[in-house]
Amino acid sequence: MFNNFFHKMASPRYFYNISGQLIPWLAAACMALFLAGLYYGLVKAPPDYQQGDSYRIMFIHVPAAWMSMFIYVVMAVAGAIGLIWHIKLAEVMAISSASIGASFTFLALVTGSIWGKPMWGTWWVWDARLTSELILLFLYLGVIALYNAIDDKRTAARAVAILALVGVVNIPIIHYSVEWWNTLHQGPTVTKLDKPSIHLSMLIPLLLMAFAFKLYYAFVVLMRARCEVLERERHTGWVRELAETK
Amino acid sequence: MSLNEFFHMGGYAFYVWTSYGLALIVLLLNVIGPLRQRKKLLNDIARTNRRARRNTP
Amino acid sequence: MTSDSLPRAFTLLLKRDLTLAVRHRAEILNPLLFFVLVTSLFPLGIGADPKLLQAVGPGIIWVAALLAALLSLEGIFRSDFEDGTLEQFLLSSHPVSVLVIAKVLAHWLITGLPLLVISPLLGVLLGLPGDAIIILLITLALGTPVLSLIGAVGVALTVGLRKGGMILSLLVLPLYVPLLIFAANAVDTAAAGLPVTAHLSLISALLVLSLSLSPLATAAALRISLS
Repeated sequence: MFNNFFHKMASPRYFYNISGQLIPWLAAACMALFLAGLYYGLVKAPPDYQQGDSYRIMFIHVPAAWMSMFIYVVMAVAGAIGLIWHIKLAEVMAISSASIGASFTFLALVTGSIWGKPMWGTWWVWDARLTSELILLFLYLGVIALYNAIDDKRTAARAVAILALVGVVNIPIIHYSVEWWNTLHQGPTVTKLDKPSIHLSMLIPLLLMAFAFKLYYAFVVLMRARCEVLERERHTGWVRELAETK
Repeated sequence: MSLNEFFHMGGYAFYVWTSYGLALIVLLLNVIGPLRQRKKLLNDIARTNRRARRNTP
Repeated sequence: MTSDSLPRAFTLLLKRDLTLAVRHRAEILNPLLFFVLVTSLFPLGIGADPKLLQAVGPGIIWVAALLAALLSLEGIFRSDFEDGTLEQFLLSSHPVSVLVIAKVLAHWLITGLPLLVISPLLGVLLGLPGDAIIILLITLALGTPVLSLIGAVGVALTVGLRKGGMILSLLVLPLYVPLLIFAANAVDTAAAGLPVTAHLSLISALLVLSLSLSPLATAAALRISLS
Protein backbone atom coordinates (compact mmCIF):
# COMPACT_ATOMS: atom_id res chain seq x y z
CA MET A 1 0.00 0.00 0.00
CA PHE A 2 2.80 2.31 0.97
CA ASN A 3 4.55 1.70 -2.31
CA ASN A 4 1.33 2.15 -4.16
CA PHE A 5 0.78 5.52 -2.54
CA PHE A 6 4.15 6.80 -3.67
CA HIS A 7 3.60 5.51 -7.13
CA LYS A 8 0.32 7.34 -7.30
CA MET A 9 1.78 10.51 -5.84
CA ALA A 10 4.58 10.43 -8.37
CA SER A 11 2.15 10.36 -11.27
CA PRO A 12 2.01 13.92 -12.62
CA ARG A 13 -1.73 13.92 -13.19
CA TYR A 14 -2.54 12.71 -9.69
CA PHE A 15 -0.14 15.24 -8.22
CA TYR A 16 -1.71 18.03 -10.25
CA ASN A 17 -5.22 17.23 -9.02
CA ILE A 18 -4.34 16.62 -5.38
CA SER A 19 -2.16 19.72 -5.08
CA GLY A 20 -4.92 21.78 -6.70
CA GLN A 21 -7.24 20.75 -3.88
CA LEU A 22 -4.59 21.28 -1.22
CA ILE A 23 -3.43 24.76 -2.19
CA PRO A 24 -6.52 26.78 -1.08
CA TRP A 25 -6.45 25.18 2.37
CA LEU A 26 -2.75 25.78 2.82
CA ALA A 27 -3.11 29.35 1.62
CA ALA A 28 -5.99 30.00 4.02
CA ALA A 29 -4.10 28.56 6.97
CA CYS A 30 -1.06 30.58 5.97
CA MET A 31 -3.11 33.79 5.83
CA ALA A 32 -4.58 33.10 9.28
CA LEU A 33 -1.14 32.52 10.74
CA PHE A 34 0.23 35.64 9.09
CA LEU A 35 -2.60 37.76 10.49
CA ALA A 36 -2.14 36.33 13.97
CA GLY A 37 1.62 36.77 13.76
CA LEU A 38 1.27 40.38 12.57
CA TYR A 39 -1.23 41.15 15.33
CA TYR A 40 0.95 39.71 18.08
CA GLY A 41 4.14 41.02 16.54
CA LEU A 42 3.13 44.57 15.70
CA VAL A 43 0.41 45.30 18.26
CA LYS A 44 0.66 43.01 21.27
CA ALA A 45 4.41 42.63 21.77
CA PRO A 46 5.89 45.48 23.82
CA PRO A 47 8.80 47.56 22.47
CA ASP A 48 12.24 46.23 23.28
CA TYR A 49 13.99 48.04 26.11
CA GLN A 50 17.16 48.47 24.01
CA GLN A 51 16.05 48.53 20.39
CA GLY A 52 12.66 50.19 20.79
CA ASP A 53 10.22 49.24 18.05
CA SER A 54 12.88 48.55 15.44
CA TYR A 55 13.29 44.97 16.67
CA ARG A 56 9.91 44.16 15.08
CA ILE A 57 11.78 43.71 11.81
CA MET A 58 12.95 40.45 13.42
CA PHE A 59 9.53 38.89 12.81
CA ILE A 60 10.27 39.03 9.08
CA HIS A 61 14.03 38.81 9.03
CA VAL A 62 14.50 35.73 11.20
CA PRO A 63 11.80 33.52 9.61
CA ALA A 64 13.04 34.52 6.15
CA ALA A 65 16.62 33.63 7.12
CA TRP A 66 15.51 30.29 8.59
CA MET A 67 13.51 29.48 5.49
CA SER A 68 16.36 30.45 3.17
CA MET A 69 18.55 27.70 4.70
CA PHE A 70 15.70 25.23 5.08
CA ILE A 71 14.62 25.53 1.45
CA TYR A 72 18.17 24.94 0.20
CA VAL A 73 18.29 21.69 2.18
CA VAL A 74 14.86 20.69 0.86
CA MET A 75 16.06 21.44 -2.65
CA ALA A 76 19.15 19.26 -2.21
CA VAL A 77 17.19 16.38 -0.66
CA ALA A 78 14.54 16.52 -3.39
CA GLY A 79 17.29 16.68 -6.00
CA ALA A 80 19.00 13.63 -4.48
CA ILE A 81 15.72 11.69 -4.48
CA GLY A 82 15.22 12.64 -8.10
CA LEU A 83 18.75 11.55 -9.03
CA ILE A 84 18.74 8.26 -7.15
CA TRP A 85 15.22 6.95 -7.75
CA HIS A 86 14.52 8.82 -11.00
CA ILE A 87 11.38 10.37 -9.58
CA LYS A 88 10.48 13.24 -11.87
CA LEU A 89 8.25 14.88 -9.31
CA ALA A 90 11.19 15.26 -6.90
CA GLU A 91 13.15 17.05 -9.63
CA VAL A 92 10.21 19.35 -10.20
CA MET A 93 9.99 20.10 -6.47
CA ALA A 94 13.72 20.85 -6.30
CA ILE A 95 13.73 23.38 -9.10
CA SER A 96 10.44 24.93 -8.01
CA SER A 97 11.99 25.61 -4.61
CA ALA A 98 14.96 27.52 -6.01
CA SER A 99 13.31 30.83 -6.84
CA ILE A 100 11.30 30.88 -3.60
CA GLY A 101 14.46 30.22 -1.63
CA ALA A 102 16.26 32.96 -3.50
CA SER A 103 13.49 35.45 -2.76
CA PHE A 104 13.53 34.56 0.96
CA THR A 105 17.30 34.98 1.00
CA PHE A 106 16.92 38.35 -0.67
CA LEU A 107 14.27 39.32 1.89
CA ALA A 108 16.48 38.24 4.80
CA LEU A 109 19.38 40.25 3.38
CA VAL A 110 17.43 43.44 2.77
CA THR A 111 15.53 43.38 6.06
CA GLY A 112 18.78 42.63 7.87
CA SER A 113 20.33 45.64 6.22
CA ILE A 114 17.33 47.86 7.04
CA TRP A 115 17.43 46.63 10.65
CA GLY A 116 21.15 47.31 10.72
CA LYS A 117 20.74 50.98 9.83
CA PRO A 118 19.24 52.07 13.20
CA MET A 119 21.31 49.48 15.12
CA TRP A 120 24.74 49.97 13.58
CA GLY A 121 24.34 53.34 11.91
CA THR A 122 25.15 51.99 8.43
CA TRP A 123 23.16 50.04 5.87
CA TRP A 124 25.70 47.27 5.59
CA VAL A 125 28.02 45.66 8.09
CA TRP A 126 30.04 42.56 7.27
CA ASP A 127 28.25 40.73 10.01
CA ALA A 128 28.62 36.95 9.94
CA ARG A 129 24.95 36.27 9.42
CA LEU A 130 24.46 38.82 6.66
CA THR A 131 27.61 37.67 4.88
CA SER A 132 26.47 34.05 4.97
CA GLU A 133 23.10 35.08 3.57
CA LEU A 134 24.84 36.98 0.78
CA ILE A 135 26.83 33.90 -0.24
CA LEU A 136 23.69 31.77 0.04
CA LEU A 137 22.03 34.19 -2.38
CA PHE A 138 24.90 33.63 -4.83
CA LEU A 139 24.44 29.86 -4.47
CA TYR A 140 20.72 30.19 -5.26
CA LEU A 141 21.42 32.45 -8.24
CA GLY A 142 23.91 29.87 -9.53
CA VAL A 143 21.26 27.15 -9.34
CA ILE A 144 18.71 29.31 -11.18
CA ALA A 145 21.22 30.41 -13.83
CA LEU A 146 22.30 26.83 -14.49
CA TYR A 147 18.70 25.68 -14.82
CA ASN A 148 17.89 28.45 -17.28
CA ALA A 149 21.05 27.88 -19.33
CA ILE A 150 20.35 24.22 -20.15
CA ASP A 151 17.72 23.83 -22.82
CA ASP A 152 16.56 20.30 -22.07
CA LYS A 153 14.64 20.67 -18.82
CA ARG A 154 15.16 17.10 -17.64
CA THR A 155 18.93 17.41 -18.02
CA ALA A 156 18.76 20.83 -16.40
CA ALA A 157 16.89 19.47 -13.38
CA ARG A 158 19.47 16.72 -12.89
CA ALA A 159 22.39 19.13 -13.24
CA VAL A 160 20.74 21.42 -10.70
CA ALA A 161 20.35 18.49 -8.31
CA ILE A 162 24.11 17.84 -8.42
CA LEU A 163 24.85 21.51 -7.87
CA ALA A 164 22.43 21.69 -4.94
CA LEU A 165 24.08 18.66 -3.36
CA VAL A 166 27.54 20.19 -3.74
CA GLY A 167 26.15 23.41 -2.28
CA VAL A 168 24.54 21.70 0.68
CA VAL A 169 27.84 20.08 1.63
CA ASN A 170 29.47 23.49 1.43
CA ILE A 171 26.89 25.56 3.30
CA PRO A 172 27.99 24.47 6.80
CA ILE A 173 31.63 25.01 5.82
CA ILE A 174 30.89 28.46 4.41
CA HIS A 175 28.84 29.31 7.48
CA TYR A 176 31.57 28.19 9.84
CA SER A 177 34.34 29.94 7.91
CA VAL A 178 32.40 33.20 7.77
CA GLU A 179 31.69 33.09 11.52
CA TRP A 180 35.36 32.44 12.15
CA TRP A 181 36.43 35.24 9.82
CA ASN A 182 33.96 37.57 11.50
CA THR A 183 35.25 36.99 15.01
CA LEU A 184 38.77 37.69 13.77
CA HIS A 185 37.99 40.91 11.98
CA GLN A 186 35.43 42.45 14.28
CA GLY A 187 35.30 42.76 18.01
CA PRO A 188 32.32 41.52 19.98
CA THR A 189 31.20 45.15 20.33
CA VAL A 190 28.89 44.87 17.34
CA THR A 191 25.33 44.22 18.40
CA LYS A 192 24.33 40.80 17.22
CA LEU A 193 20.94 40.59 15.58
CA ASP A 194 19.86 37.67 17.72
CA LYS A 195 19.30 38.03 21.40
CA PRO A 196 20.55 35.53 23.97
CA SER A 197 17.17 35.23 25.67
CA ILE A 198 13.86 36.11 24.17
CA HIS A 199 10.74 37.06 26.05
CA LEU A 200 7.61 35.00 25.54
CA SER A 201 5.65 37.97 24.16
CA MET A 202 8.24 38.16 21.36
CA LEU A 203 8.67 34.42 20.94
CA ILE A 204 4.99 33.82 20.17
CA PRO A 205 4.81 36.15 17.14
CA LEU A 206 8.20 34.87 15.97
CA LEU A 207 6.96 31.28 15.97
CA LEU A 208 3.64 32.26 14.39
CA MET A 209 5.48 34.06 11.59
CA ALA A 210 7.90 31.15 11.17
CA PHE A 211 4.99 28.73 10.69
CA ALA A 212 3.27 31.17 8.36
CA PHE A 213 6.43 31.33 6.23
CA LYS A 214 6.62 27.52 6.18
CA LEU A 215 3.02 27.20 5.01
CA TYR A 216 3.60 29.96 2.50
CA TYR A 217 6.53 28.02 1.06
CA ALA A 218 4.42 24.83 0.99
CA PHE A 219 1.62 26.29 -1.07
CA VAL A 220 3.78 28.43 -3.36
CA VAL A 221 6.11 25.52 -4.14
CA LEU A 222 3.06 23.45 -5.05
CA MET A 223 1.82 26.24 -7.33
CA ARG A 224 5.18 26.43 -9.05
CA ALA A 225 5.46 22.67 -9.30
CA ARG A 226 2.02 22.50 -10.95
CA CYS A 227 3.15 24.94 -13.64
CA GLU A 228 6.32 22.93 -14.15
CA VAL A 229 4.30 19.70 -14.47
CA LEU A 230 1.97 21.31 -17.02
CA GLU A 231 4.92 22.51 -19.04
CA ARG A 232 6.58 19.10 -19.05
CA GLU A 233 3.40 17.19 -19.77
CA ARG A 234 1.98 19.61 -22.31
CA HIS A 235 1.82 16.97 -25.06
CA THR A 236 -0.05 14.37 -23.02
CA GLY A 237 -3.78 13.80 -23.31
CA TRP A 238 -4.85 14.93 -19.87
CA VAL A 239 -3.09 18.29 -20.08
CA ARG A 240 -4.62 18.98 -23.48
CA GLU A 241 -8.05 18.10 -22.15
CA LEU A 242 -7.47 20.34 -19.16
CA ALA A 243 -6.55 23.24 -21.42
CA GLU A 244 -9.76 22.73 -23.38
CA THR A 245 -12.05 22.87 -20.38
CA LYS A 246 -10.47 26.00 -18.91
CA MET B 1 -2.30 52.58 22.11
CA SER B 2 -3.53 55.06 19.52
CA LEU B 3 -3.42 54.38 15.82
CA ASN B 4 -1.01 57.24 15.35
CA GLU B 5 1.39 55.72 17.85
CA PHE B 6 1.12 52.40 16.08
CA PHE B 7 2.15 53.83 12.74
CA HIS B 8 4.87 55.89 14.32
CA MET B 9 6.63 52.76 15.69
CA GLY B 10 8.52 54.71 18.33
CA GLY B 11 10.40 56.67 15.67
CA TYR B 12 11.40 53.62 13.65
CA ALA B 13 8.41 53.86 11.32
CA PHE B 14 10.51 54.13 8.16
CA TYR B 15 12.62 51.03 8.90
CA VAL B 16 9.80 48.85 10.20
CA TRP B 17 7.27 49.70 7.49
CA THR B 18 9.81 49.49 4.67
CA SER B 19 10.71 45.98 5.84
CA TYR B 20 7.10 44.84 6.13
CA GLY B 21 6.13 46.51 2.87
CA LEU B 22 9.02 44.86 1.06
CA ALA B 23 8.11 41.48 2.54
CA LEU B 24 4.54 41.96 1.33
CA ILE B 25 5.74 42.77 -2.19
CA VAL B 26 8.10 39.79 -2.35
CA LEU B 27 5.48 37.39 -0.98
CA LEU B 28 2.80 38.70 -3.37
CA LEU B 29 5.08 38.50 -6.42
CA ASN B 30 5.86 34.87 -5.61
CA VAL B 31 2.14 34.04 -5.68
CA ILE B 32 1.23 36.12 -8.72
CA GLY B 33 4.07 34.66 -10.80
CA PRO B 34 2.86 31.04 -10.90
CA LEU B 35 -0.80 32.13 -11.21
CA ARG B 36 -0.06 34.09 -14.36
CA GLN B 37 2.28 31.43 -15.67
CA ARG B 38 -0.40 28.75 -15.31
CA LYS B 39 -2.97 30.84 -17.13
CA LYS B 40 -0.54 31.59 -19.94
CA LEU B 41 0.48 27.95 -20.23
CA LEU B 42 -3.10 26.68 -20.41
CA ASN B 43 -3.98 29.28 -23.04
CA ASP B 44 -0.88 28.34 -24.95
CA ILE B 45 -1.66 24.63 -24.89
CA ALA B 46 -5.28 25.27 -25.90
CA ARG B 47 -4.09 27.33 -28.86
CA THR B 48 -1.71 24.61 -30.08
CA ASN B 49 -4.56 22.11 -29.67
CA ARG B 50 -6.85 24.17 -31.90
CA ARG B 51 -4.14 24.62 -34.49
CA ALA B 52 -3.42 20.90 -34.51
CA ARG B 53 -7.11 20.13 -35.01
CA ARG B 54 -7.39 22.57 -37.90
CA ASN B 55 -4.41 21.03 -39.65
CA THR B 56 -5.68 17.44 -39.28
CA PRO B 57 -9.40 17.47 -40.12
CA MET C 1 42.37 2.21 -23.46
CA THR C 2 39.64 -0.13 -22.21
CA SER C 3 41.96 -3.12 -22.27
CA ASP C 4 44.53 -1.43 -20.04
CA SER C 5 44.69 -1.68 -16.29
CA LEU C 6 43.45 1.26 -14.27
CA PRO C 7 46.86 2.59 -13.11
CA ARG C 8 48.07 2.47 -16.69
CA ALA C 9 45.00 4.29 -17.97
CA PHE C 10 45.54 6.88 -15.26
CA THR C 11 49.17 7.56 -16.20
CA LEU C 12 48.39 7.50 -19.92
CA LEU C 13 45.68 10.09 -19.48
CA LEU C 14 47.92 12.24 -17.30
CA LYS C 15 50.78 12.04 -19.82
CA ARG C 16 48.49 12.85 -22.71
CA ASP C 17 47.12 15.97 -21.01
CA LEU C 18 50.59 17.14 -20.05
CA THR C 19 51.90 16.63 -23.57
CA LEU C 20 48.97 18.57 -25.00
CA ALA C 21 49.62 21.38 -22.54
CA VAL C 22 53.30 21.56 -23.42
CA ARG C 23 52.33 21.85 -27.08
CA HIS C 24 49.90 24.69 -26.38
CA ARG C 25 52.12 26.69 -24.12
CA ALA C 26 49.66 29.59 -23.95
CA GLU C 27 47.46 27.45 -21.73
CA ILE C 28 50.17 27.41 -19.11
CA LEU C 29 51.34 30.96 -19.58
CA ASN C 30 48.05 32.87 -19.82
CA PRO C 31 46.72 32.19 -16.32
CA LEU C 32 50.17 32.78 -14.91
CA LEU C 33 50.48 36.12 -16.67
CA PHE C 34 46.99 37.01 -15.51
CA PHE C 35 47.95 36.16 -11.92
CA VAL C 36 50.99 38.44 -12.00
CA LEU C 37 49.17 41.21 -13.85
CA VAL C 38 46.16 41.36 -11.53
CA THR C 39 48.38 41.36 -8.45
CA SER C 40 50.57 44.15 -9.76
CA LEU C 41 47.53 46.28 -10.65
CA PHE C 42 46.55 46.59 -6.98
CA PRO C 43 49.44 48.81 -5.83
CA LEU C 44 48.65 51.07 -8.78
CA GLY C 45 45.01 51.20 -7.74
CA ILE C 46 45.27 51.61 -3.99
CA GLY C 47 48.67 53.25 -3.55
CA ALA C 48 52.11 51.89 -2.78
CA ASP C 49 52.25 52.50 0.97
CA PRO C 50 54.23 49.48 2.23
CA LYS C 51 52.13 49.11 5.38
CA LEU C 52 48.90 49.10 3.40
CA LEU C 53 50.28 46.65 0.84
CA GLN C 54 51.46 44.29 3.53
CA ALA C 55 48.04 44.40 5.18
CA VAL C 56 46.07 43.63 2.00
CA GLY C 57 48.77 41.57 0.22
CA PRO C 58 47.67 38.06 1.28
CA GLY C 59 44.08 38.78 0.29
CA ILE C 60 45.13 40.21 -3.06
CA ILE C 61 47.37 37.28 -3.94
CA TRP C 62 44.69 34.77 -3.00
CA VAL C 63 41.90 36.56 -4.86
CA ALA C 64 44.17 36.77 -7.91
CA ALA C 65 44.89 33.03 -7.58
CA LEU C 66 41.13 32.28 -7.50
CA LEU C 67 40.55 34.36 -10.62
CA ALA C 68 43.53 32.84 -12.44
CA ALA C 69 42.26 29.35 -11.60
CA LEU C 70 38.79 30.32 -12.81
CA LEU C 71 40.27 31.53 -16.08
CA SER C 72 41.92 28.19 -16.75
CA LEU C 73 39.17 25.89 -15.46
CA GLU C 74 37.32 25.45 -18.73
CA GLY C 75 40.43 23.83 -20.14
CA ILE C 76 39.88 20.75 -17.95
CA PHE C 77 37.10 19.32 -20.10
CA ARG C 78 36.33 21.77 -22.92
CA SER C 79 38.58 20.42 -25.70
CA ASP C 80 37.87 16.80 -24.74
CA PHE C 81 34.18 17.60 -24.94
CA GLU C 82 34.50 19.19 -28.33
CA ASP C 83 36.43 16.35 -29.98
CA GLY C 84 34.35 13.62 -28.35
CA THR C 85 37.08 12.18 -26.12
CA LEU C 86 34.94 12.81 -23.09
CA GLU C 87 32.27 10.42 -24.33
CA GLN C 88 34.92 7.76 -24.73
CA PHE C 89 35.84 8.21 -21.06
CA LEU C 90 32.27 7.62 -20.02
CA LEU C 91 32.07 4.51 -22.19
CA SER C 92 35.34 3.04 -20.91
CA SER C 93 35.31 0.27 -18.35
CA HIS C 94 37.27 2.29 -15.80
CA PRO C 95 35.57 4.24 -13.04
CA VAL C 96 35.03 7.75 -14.36
CA SER C 97 35.87 9.35 -11.02
CA VAL C 98 39.43 7.98 -11.19
CA LEU C 99 39.86 9.32 -14.73
CA VAL C 100 38.55 12.64 -13.42
CA ILE C 101 41.31 12.65 -10.78
CA ALA C 102 43.88 12.21 -13.56
CA LYS C 103 42.39 15.13 -15.49
CA VAL C 104 42.30 17.33 -12.41
CA LEU C 105 45.84 16.38 -11.44
CA ALA C 106 47.02 17.31 -14.93
CA HIS C 107 45.16 20.60 -14.69
CA TRP C 108 46.77 21.35 -11.35
CA LEU C 109 50.25 20.54 -12.68
CA ILE C 110 49.63 22.82 -15.65
CA THR C 111 48.04 25.79 -13.89
CA GLY C 112 48.33 25.44 -10.11
CA LEU C 113 51.98 24.54 -9.83
CA PRO C 114 53.22 27.52 -11.90
CA LEU C 115 51.23 29.86 -9.63
CA LEU C 116 52.98 28.28 -6.68
CA VAL C 117 56.39 28.82 -8.23
CA ILE C 118 55.84 32.47 -9.05
CA SER C 119 54.01 33.46 -5.86
CA PRO C 120 57.12 34.22 -3.73
CA LEU C 121 57.99 36.91 -6.26
CA LEU C 122 54.57 38.49 -5.78
CA GLY C 123 54.96 38.21 -2.02
CA VAL C 124 58.18 40.20 -2.30
CA LEU C 125 56.49 42.77 -4.55
CA LEU C 126 53.79 43.33 -1.94
CA GLY C 127 56.33 43.52 0.87
CA LEU C 128 55.35 40.38 2.77
CA PRO C 129 57.88 39.21 5.39
CA GLY C 130 59.82 35.98 4.77
CA ASP C 131 57.78 33.84 7.18
CA ALA C 132 54.56 34.96 5.56
CA ILE C 133 55.91 34.06 2.10
CA ILE C 134 56.67 30.53 3.28
CA ILE C 135 53.14 30.21 4.67
CA LEU C 136 51.80 31.68 1.42
CA LEU C 137 53.59 28.89 -0.44
CA ILE C 138 52.16 26.24 1.87
CA THR C 139 48.60 27.58 1.60
CA LEU C 140 48.88 27.72 -2.19
CA ALA C 141 50.31 24.19 -2.28
CA LEU C 142 47.37 22.90 -0.23
CA GLY C 143 44.78 25.23 -1.70
CA THR C 144 45.28 25.27 -5.47
CA PRO C 145 44.38 21.54 -5.77
CA VAL C 146 41.11 22.42 -3.99
CA LEU C 147 40.51 25.12 -6.61
CA SER C 148 40.97 22.59 -9.42
CA LEU C 149 38.86 19.93 -7.69
CA ILE C 150 35.87 22.16 -6.92
CA GLY C 151 36.23 23.85 -10.28
CA ALA C 152 36.04 20.49 -12.07
CA VAL C 153 32.48 19.99 -10.79
CA GLY C 154 31.48 23.38 -12.13
CA VAL C 155 33.10 22.76 -15.51
CA ALA C 156 31.50 19.33 -15.77
CA LEU C 157 28.08 20.92 -15.21
CA THR C 158 28.59 23.70 -17.78
CA VAL C 159 30.75 21.99 -20.40
CA GLY C 160 27.97 21.57 -22.94
CA LEU C 161 26.73 25.15 -22.71
CA ARG C 162 27.49 27.93 -25.14
CA LYS C 163 27.71 30.65 -22.51
CA GLY C 164 29.21 28.39 -19.88
CA GLY C 165 31.98 30.74 -18.79
CA MET C 166 29.83 33.34 -17.06
CA ILE C 167 27.74 30.73 -15.27
CA LEU C 168 30.85 28.82 -14.26
CA SER C 169 32.10 31.77 -12.20
CA LEU C 170 28.71 32.10 -10.53
CA LEU C 171 28.73 28.40 -9.64
CA VAL C 172 32.31 28.11 -8.48
CA LEU C 173 33.31 31.37 -6.78
CA PRO C 174 30.87 31.10 -3.83
CA LEU C 175 32.24 27.62 -3.15
CA TYR C 176 35.76 29.05 -2.98
CA VAL C 177 34.86 31.36 -0.09
CA PRO C 178 35.96 29.11 2.83
CA LEU C 179 39.32 28.43 1.21
CA LEU C 180 39.87 32.13 0.55
CA ILE C 181 39.05 32.98 4.16
CA PHE C 182 41.28 30.35 5.72
CA ALA C 183 44.21 30.78 3.33
CA ALA C 184 44.40 34.58 3.21
CA ASN C 185 44.01 34.68 6.96
CA ALA C 186 46.78 32.15 7.47
CA VAL C 187 49.21 34.38 5.57
CA ASP C 188 47.98 37.43 7.48
CA THR C 189 48.48 35.66 10.78
CA ALA C 190 51.94 34.49 9.77
CA ALA C 191 52.86 38.06 8.83
CA ALA C 192 51.88 39.09 12.36
CA GLY C 193 54.25 36.43 13.69
CA LEU C 194 51.56 34.16 15.16
CA PRO C 195 51.22 30.36 14.77
CA VAL C 196 49.10 29.12 11.86
CA THR C 197 48.79 25.38 12.47
CA ALA C 198 45.02 25.69 12.99
CA HIS C 199 44.61 27.43 9.63
CA LEU C 200 46.75 24.90 7.83
CA SER C 201 44.87 21.94 9.27
CA LEU C 202 41.57 23.53 8.22
CA ILE C 203 42.87 23.95 4.67
CA SER C 204 44.12 20.36 4.70
CA ALA C 205 40.66 19.25 5.81
CA LEU C 206 39.18 21.13 2.85
CA LEU C 207 41.66 19.37 0.56
CA VAL C 208 40.78 15.92 1.91
CA LEU C 209 37.07 16.62 1.70
CA SER C 210 37.18 17.93 -1.86
CA LEU C 211 39.54 15.15 -2.93
CA SER C 212 37.09 12.52 -1.70
CA LEU C 213 33.81 14.06 -2.86
CA SER C 214 34.55 16.19 -5.91
CA PRO C 215 35.63 13.39 -8.32
CA LEU C 216 32.35 11.56 -7.64
CA ALA C 217 30.30 14.71 -8.16
CA THR C 218 32.30 15.56 -11.30
CA ALA C 219 31.75 12.09 -12.76
CA ALA C 220 28.00 12.31 -12.08
CA ALA C 221 27.87 15.80 -13.57
CA LEU C 222 29.72 14.67 -16.72
CA ARG C 223 27.21 11.83 -17.19
CA ILE C 224 24.37 14.33 -16.98
CA SER C 225 25.98 16.90 -19.24
CA LEU C 226 26.68 14.34 -21.94
CA SER C 227 23.33 12.56 -21.78
